[in-house]
Amino acid sequence: MKWETVIGLEVHTQLATRSKIFSGSSTAFGAAPNTQASAVDIALPGVLPVLNRGAVEYAIKFGLAIGATLNRVNVFDRKSYFYPDLPKGYQISQLAKPIVEGGALKIQVGETERIIHLTRAHLEEDAGKSLHEDFHGMTGIDLNRAGTPLLEIVSEPEMRSSAEAVAYARALHTLVTWIGICDGNMQEGSFRVDANVSVRPAGQTEFGTRREIKNLNSFRFLQQAIDYEVRWQIETLEDGGRIEQATVLFDPDKVETRMMRSKEEAHDYRYFPDPDLLPIKLDEDWIEAVRATLTELPVAMQARFQSEYGVSAYDAAVLTGSRALADYFETAAKACDQGKLAANWVMGELSAALNKAELDIAQSPVSAAQLGALITRIQDGTLSGKLAKQVFEGLWEGAGEVDAIIEARGLKQMSDSGELEKIIDAVLAANPKSVEEFRSGKDKAFNALVGQVMKASKGRANPAQVNERLKARLHN
Amino acid sequence: MSLSQDDVKRIARLARIEIDDAQAQATQGQLNTIFDLIATMQAVNTDNVSPMAHAQEVYQRLRDDVVTETDRHAAFQAVAPAVENGLYLVPKVIE
Repeated sequence: MKWETVIGLEVHTQLATRSKIFSGSSTAFGAAPNTQASAVDIALPGVLPVLNRGAVEYAIKFGLAIGATLNRVNVFDRKSYFYPDLPKGYQISQLAKPIVEGGALKIQVGETERIIHLTRAHLEEDAGKSLHEDFHGMTGIDLNRAGTPLLEIVSEPEMRSSAEAVAYARALHTLVTWIGICDGNMQEGSFRVDANVSVRPAGQTEFGTRREIKNLNSFRFLQQAIDYEVRWQIETLEDGGRIEQATVLFDPDKVETRMMRSKEEAHDYRYFPDPDLLPIKLDEDWIEAVRATLTELPVAMQARFQSEYGVSAYDAAVLTGSRALADYFETAAKACDQGKLAANWVMGELSAALNKAELDIAQSPVSAAQLGALITRIQDGTLSGKLAKQVFEGLWEGAGEVDAIIEARGLKQMSDSGELEKIIDAVLAANPKSVEEFRSGKDKAFNALVGQVMKASKGRANPAQVNERLKARLHN
Repeated sequence: MSLSQDDVKRIARLARIEIDDAQAQATQGQLNTIFDLIATMQAVNTDNVSPMAHAQEVYQRLRDDVVTETDRHAAFQAVAPAVENGLYLVPKVIE
């Protein structure tokens, strides 16, 4: 039987505010345990939450960026459950009236584009952390993270493969970091993904029973977990079993998912509007002020890169993978006025070097202006592609500016034809056998001679010129 | 709608409140009085009335995104039953 996979994602993004959503505690990562947990965060009796304007503003910004409906009046609810890292006994979240509803995101899988619709995005507070290392048989609780603002972003179940799910998660990650509402740091838990996965016979319209994979903190784990889960569900069904709704965890070491809790044990959260918080009102002036802070979004920039710099749709998508990368490309492209060549260098030589050194574009030792200057020297014929790579290495090592490196290392492409003729003379004189072979009809011998000339010029000769001059000399 | 004894016990369990049968029975009576009141109110036609999230038509006041709290964990932890390395210790929980 042919099966179809159905995936919807819930992504918890930590909002990049300085203070918590309901208190004035710092949200900085990595502080000593409980040093950033105030009376509100640890839920001492009598305290009241006061909502952070910055968190609401970031949610508005996100809603505008995905073309969603902003609920002009939205409401916080209490989601009740008992766990030691949730000191109040409930999490403040939004159920019936979230701040953001609808919207859509464009994804690209290979050459194919798709639109994925979003269901909603709501504000809520994060819980603290439980440390299960052994403290004399007890669990340690750190409440620094308690009260950190989250925007939970829920997609429609519109993805049909792990590749699409990863493309959606990546596009969302790009967007939230692009508009500056989340630092996107997955190791620190700033961007956590839950995947709802089900399978159904191809052609069936109703959904199969889903299982939810919790807390995936890398794109690779997301892909592996979905692939495993889909295989497991199909095998279970084909063996005559049935899928029970459940929450599962992904074990990255064993590359498998395992059950955390079944539907029967599922929590009964008893949501109700939080009486400590009044409804939130978004007035039009505020929304318009936030809209004014939105800079060009990735999708718009992709279109512009294609028309302005002549790069392909695929290249434009890669180059807008992050704000920093897009800015880098554009600065370099403007500096040399060679969009396509700049795109090739950014996605080729530069990306390879950054990957190898495990550096981010923001940490690149070669600045965009320097890369632009390098490409200018290729364009004006000073450098061949091969010499340019040597100059690039110089830039990478911090050996100075482009022209200085060309000068100091003698990398200038030979423009003096007298010098080239001298080298050709010497090569022809030293390789009478190759000359003889060429004249007797062996074309391969010609390439050997070109190689010798290039070598003798230390790569500085212009290959096209070498070809031309050498041919002229041999045909005499 | 009225609540059964089992409903009451389930709600108590979810709220981590320990009650015996006599208390459950008493509570069931009290809660059903409240549900009766709700049933009476539901007889009113509310077709053109949008639900309210709060009894008054006022909206949440917002604070600016600035850090105003300082580290007071020593004072908070002075009253905690068990603390180690700055962590609150609780009976082991593994889900």
